[in-house]
Amino acid sequence: MLEEQLVQLLSPEGERVTHAQYPTTLNTDEIIALYRDMVIVRRLCNESTSLQRQGQLALWAPLQGQEAAQIGAGRALRTRDFSFPSYREHGVAWCRGISPAEILRLFRQVSHGGWDPQKYRHSVPTIVIGNQALNAVGYAMGVQRDGADEATMVFFGDGATSQGDVNEAFVWAAAFNAPVVFFVQNNQWAISEPTVRQSRIPLYRRAEGFGFPGIRVDGNDVLAVYEVASAALQLAREGGGPTLIEAYTYRMGAHTTSDDPTRYRFDADVEAWKHRDPIERVKAYLVRTQHITAAALTAINEEADVLAMELREAVLAMDGPDPLSIFDHVYADQHPLIDAGRQEMIDLGLGGVR
Amino acid sequence: MGEGLTEAEIVVWKVAVGDVVTLNQALVDIETAKATVELPSPYAGEILTLHGEPGDIVEVGQPLVTVRVAGDSAPASEVPARTAVLVGYGVETEAGPARRQHRRSGAPAPLPLPTPPTSPPRHSPRSTPPIRLAAKQNGVSLDAMTGTGPNGLITRHDLEAFLAGPRLTTPAAIATPVTDLPFAGQQLASWHEGPREERIPVRGVTRSMVEAMVTSAFTAPHAAAWLRVDVTKMVELIAALRSRPALGSLRVTALTVAALAVCDAARHYPGLNSSFDEASNEIIVRRSVALGIAAATPRGLVVPSVKRADELDLISMARALTELIDVTREGRATVADLTGTTITITNVGPFGVDGAMPILPPGTTAIFAMGQIVKSPWVDGDQVVVRDVMELTLSFDHRVIDGALASRAVAHVGAFLHDPAPALLVG
Repeated sequence: MLEEQLVQLLSPEGERVTHAQYPTTLNTDEIIALYRDMVIVRRLCNESTSLQRQGQLALWAPLQGQEAAQIGAGRALRTRDFSFPSYREHGVAWCRGISPAEILRLFRQVSHGGWDPQKYRHSVPTIVIGNQALNAVGYAMGVQRDGADEATMVFFGDGATSQGDVNEAFVWAAAFNAPVVFFVQNNQWAISEPTVRQSRIPLYRRAEGFGFPGIRVDGNDVLAVYEVASAALQLAREGGGPTLIEAYTYRMGAHTTSDDPTRYRFDADVEAWKHRDPIERVKAYLVRTQHITAAALTAINEEADVLAMELREAVLAMDGPDPLSIFDHVYADQHPLIDAGRQEMIDLGLGGVR
Repeated sequence: MGEGLTEAEIVVWKVAVGDVVTLNQALVDIETAKATVELPSPYAGEILTLHGEPGDIVEVGQPLVTVRVAGDSAPASEVPARTAVLVGYGVETEAGPARRQHRRSGAPAPLPLPTPPTSPPRHSPRSTPPIRLAAKQNGVSLDAMTGTGPNGLITRHDLEAFLAGPRLTTPAAIATPVTDLPFAGQQLASWHEGPREERIPVRGVTRSMVEAMVTSAFTAPHAAAWLRVDVTKMVELIAALRSRPALGSLRVTALTVAALAVCDAARHYPGLNSSFDEASNEIIVRRSVALGIAAATPRGLVVPSVKRADELDLISMARALTELIDVTREGRATVADLTGTTITITNVGPFGVDGAMPILPPGTTAIFAMGQIVKSPWVDGDQVVVRDVMELTLSFDHRVIDGALASRAVAHVGAFLHDPAPALLVG
């Protein structure tokens, strides 16, 4: 029953599936490129988890299992589009050209963000659950008023759909026909709360109540995610208004490095989802159709390893910010209390050289 | 290892001294209050020292393992070994080269740990949540163990040593599962904690129960009739009703429906709602139902009743029962609540039994017992189908009620429970 509701173009076994509404537009090289993206972001994620365990990062939110959802959506974005992530969209950030080291600055606690959102057309991670949906709709309404040929995409999780912010964002987007795509990665778990306890209907069907289309895509099928996301973004650019995409996937790891999923979910569920692995199915397809050689697969893995080592070196070399910078950007203008606080730090000898 | 944590317990080492490890190779499993996690090696090289045994508690910042980094050709004694440390919240306490600078240049020294109070003694032994859980799962009490960790902390090692030890020779150390079921109006001490023999004064609710049961059992000749009922429709109806917003927090349950069914039976067969007056040798028939609900409370068995229950519809019955049960559980039931019962229901289903033959509250002639509702094979026509089935039992005072009336009454209540919708709509 689940399979019938999902848009799927590549089965978990790596067999191509045809879909009347979403034909595949990607050629072999493009599919290999998506495969490379997924292998790299998984490898970088593993390295980041190790860095956290070794005390080099304060926290890490792993993306394992969600590579196809993030790479498919990330690669569907055009350069001029603007995207708003939560704190797990490392794969989307990678697609937007943000370097892995920049992604880790926040988790290393040396930055409140990590990159220039305007440079990459990608907002900094929003930790407050679902808040970015309102930011994105507001941004999209601005795009609409500028008459620009751009779309906005906002990423959030299944847990965020229970938040007021996300529902308000749906209302605003519908009321103004804003050029925004809501991309919910339903990874089944809002930390320890399963989606089924939060919604009586599949999440994509919520869109209908707000008055715009909703669609559920196999979130572990990078080809399907790419096509569905591309179509929704194009609809937004052409004035067709918002779409809710539910990428049906599974968080294979912990919510963050601060929790232990074995305490609230069954190993059997995780095992079942291992057979739906987003990377393995593309590999199976490419190998079976002889579109890729063993040497090319090895080269991609080696490239990922090199990037992981570069990331490690970059993280270890990151120094903390000047303690006094905590006072920067609190207010746009000078503020006497902030000034007094800064001076107090300097007097105590806790400041850097300023 | 996780936000806000200050310590972790070594669960198992995955490497030994002398092993050559690669970067990110798993070194050790550690268990914190939040999770069991695997620590990957931050260096490639040879393991020189493991600073702890399984079961040891390691504070954040304390050395865990010493590694001679690969590629250093100088003898170990001349090479400053790098030490990986456990890190809790943030990177502030880690010992990486970039951070050492900051620590030397004036970061405040860590505050000394507060000294644990020496008296009064701790009520429960000091341990970590995973160890408490493991002890509970093994059915042993932390009280019986000696902690060897810091400040007497009971570690996994202590627990394992205890579990491996000769427990049978020290029965006092065996923790008996403590039931939360009160007995004689109190919480009994566990098998090993309590005295060999204990005398409990019979007072209060317990005394009332003793008197009521003896009076009833030895004056009213009890008989019983029972019926298995397919209550699938009722189960579906209750499920449908529960989703109605109008109900709010009201609990509509099988008991609610049964209460209405028993009232309906009383209206059809008023003889059920009667009592036998031995003094005057008269039967008193009452045309108003005070519906008693047998309730297990922490203080003992009581039978509070809903007065004029026959006048209530579904919503008001649900409300009346909810209030009555809440008031009784909280021990706030009044004398008026607890007296005057004319007919009773006892719901033994929640205890997981199929049925029971209850004893009548004194002064009444009928008590219905509801068993658990279970999915069961049921013959429908010539088909065996799965239905929700409940056993309904009527205990009755055979001086007043004969088998024919009892059977009709059970069948009446059974028919109501089998298909409650028409009865609820038109009575």
